[in-house]
Amino acid sequence: MDKIIADLDDYKQRAREVRDVLLGNLVRLGEVPSPTFRERRRAELLQQIFTENGLQNCSIDEMSNAMAVMPGTEGGENILVTAHSDTDFTEEVDHNITLQTDRVIGPGVADNSLGLAVLASLPELVDCLGESFRNNIILLSDSRSLGRGDLGGMRFFIENNRLPLKAAVCMEGAELSRLSFGCIGVLRAEVNCTVPDEYDWTKFGAASAIVSLNEVISRILEIPTPTRPRTNVMLERVEGGESLSTVATKARLQFEIRSDSLETIESVANQIDSIIAEIDSREGGDVTWKVIARRRPNSLPFTHPLVNNTKLILETLGLEPRMTPSTAELSVILDHNVPAVTLGLTNVERLHQMDETIYIEPMFTGIAQLIGLLRAIDKGKCDGD
Amino acid sequence: MEINRWLETNTFHHSDFGDVHKLVEEKEKQDLTISLCLPTLNEEQTIGKEVVILRSELMTRVPLLDELAVIDSGSTDKTRDIAESFGADVYLASNILPERGEKKGKGENLWKAIYQLKGDILVYLDADIKNIHPKFAYGLVAPLIYHSDMKYVKAFYERPLVVSGGSRPAGGGRVTEILVRPLFSLFFPELTAFLQPLSGEYAVRRDVLEQIPFPIGYGVETAHLIDVHQQWGLEAFAQVDLDQRLHRNRPTRQLGRMAFGILKTFLSRLESHEIIQDFPETSPVLRQFRSLRERYEQVEYEFQFEERPPMLEVEEYKDKRELGE
Repeated sequence: MDKIIADLDDYKQRAREVRDVLLGNLVRLGEVPSPTFRERRRAELLQQIFTENGLQNCSIDEMSNAMAVMPGTEGGENILVTAHSDTDFTEEVDHNITLQTDRVIGPGVADNSLGLAVLASLPELVDCLGESFRNNIILLSDSRSLGRGDLGGMRFFIENNRLPLKAAVCMEGAELSRLSFGCIGVLRAEVNCTVPDEYDWTKFGAASAIVSLNEVISRILEIPTPTRPRTNVMLERVEGGESLSTVATKARLQFEIRSDSLETIESVANQIDSIIAEIDSREGGDVTWKVIARRRPNSLPFTHPLVNNTKLILETLGLEPRMTPSTAELSVILDHNVPAVTLGLTNVERLHQMDETIYIEPMFTGIAQLIGLLRAIDKGKCDGD
Repeated sequence: MEINRWLETNTFHHSDFGDVHKLVEEKEKQDLTISLCLPTLNEEQTIGKEVVILRSELMTRVPLLDELAVIDSGSTDKTRDIAESFGADVYLASNILPERGEKKGKGENLWKAIYQLKGDILVYLDADIKNIHPKFAYGLVAPLIYHSDMKYVKAFYERPLVVSGGSRPAGGGRVTEILVRPLFSLFFPELTAFLQPLSGEYAVRRDVLEQIPFPIGYGVETAHLIDVHQQWGLEAFAQVDLDQRLHRNRPTRQLGRMAFGILKTFLSRLESHEIIQDFPETSPVLRQFRSLRERYEQVEYEFQFEERPPMLEVEEYKDKRELGE
């Protein structure tokens, strides 16, 4: 590792030399709308960039995952580098990106256009370093990562991939110094409340779907959640009603149960199921719930060489590793016994806002950590037992 | 040259030139140099993106452009800082040929670019393009590289992604369809072949640019078309479909001021090319109106209709390029 650690500053400097290519790719990719389930156009552009860079096996699969291979000098094993291609923004949103001297502004630039841009720029970056990898590097933009997508792209890739994976690195724009090597368990679900259109508003009780939903929320918040294993219920989105002066006939809540323990998740889910059944039987309308996505808790050991060496690389670059669990691609990869970590690439402000902002200078540190880690994996420094 | 034949032979789509490596090969074979100029005035929202995309794709990845410059009219926002930080050569128009004085207008920047930049071909792109793409530059220079008889290539933005079998209207914006096309139809019918004669994106050979005068204001594109057409004919032109251009939408009153500038330039060309003689003096003032509660107020815009002479008549230019008498 000594040589890699010593080279990190040089990687950072070399990353600056491909700044134009990186930012050019960021703008080109980031201005193509890519909401979950509609990632095809962005995948096609990425495939075009891969092809322009002379990469092998450039392809798009039926889930709109785009993939290419940077062949290694020996090519015995494969290192997966991945970034999700979907964003939180619909196609109707103006995806115009603005570049200022020190930052880039636009919807989705952090989550996760920057991840894709680094993926697209990696071949030129490696060229610029003048070094090569022994193992193949698989570059993958995975689709359907967010919300209802339920990691569909990564699941499809992992289940159908025939290339043996030595390790994987997932990239997210936000936030530099992030290091995820484990996943908490998640159950993502939604509650739907409806009352008939002809509902008599003079009746007491659930005079609107919003009242029913309010009851559901109050009861969910009363469920005791343990601190060990760490568990909480996150209420994430509420929508309902049509307009002023009309009875709300529909209301919806989206929420997650997160926990280190699968059993605890199931226990909380059972309590919610009882609450929903009780309210459904009592009120005039329908109250139902359904599970949208599940993740099993999983983690690399804290002492795994991949975790240790990633920490070392971050610390050498002056970053204090912020170890946060992931709920995304990492869980699918770890479930298939492939050692993996997720890294953040730069400093971010106003995440998920229209003026989402990422800073340019920290990107070079983010790229240096990625190159350093790939070299460490390539040289077998991150192999577990 | 007959319009329909010109539309067949001199109208292209950018995808005709998608092989940029081949284009660069041909450019190098002809030993041509290409400079790209972005005239700016307060374009901080879009300038960074334009510089980064054009430099990374057409200078770093393939060496099509030899120079990328911003010629700025004195922006009060961060336009110059941003352009410079992303590697453009940035010039303040007032610092170029300072002994010739300072005039405000896009035409002034385009004219000074001829003096400042080095290329055999100059590509001018507006700096407010939101959907900038390398095709804006390679699409415009390609006809000049592949066709030695073409001198002036203009952009238009037309082809939708999906077309039916039938016909559909094709043309330009409001000022084009209401003012310029009717005027061309009356006096220069061949020039009606330009689908968007006012587009701010074009590539031109230096030996043409240095022979034509430059109005400093809105009329520069119209004047170019008329002057080049009078001297070299329609066959010197080509137009390229760049698909779609997104830019800020201008309010009608602003278009009124633009139309006024174009009309004034047009009338001056009718006179200088002796199409209409003894034309009476016209007012340099455009009058628009606004309402203030219960009364109306006149708003006057006074325009300076000035032109820069052909660069070949400028001593400093001849000295710089070592052109003899």
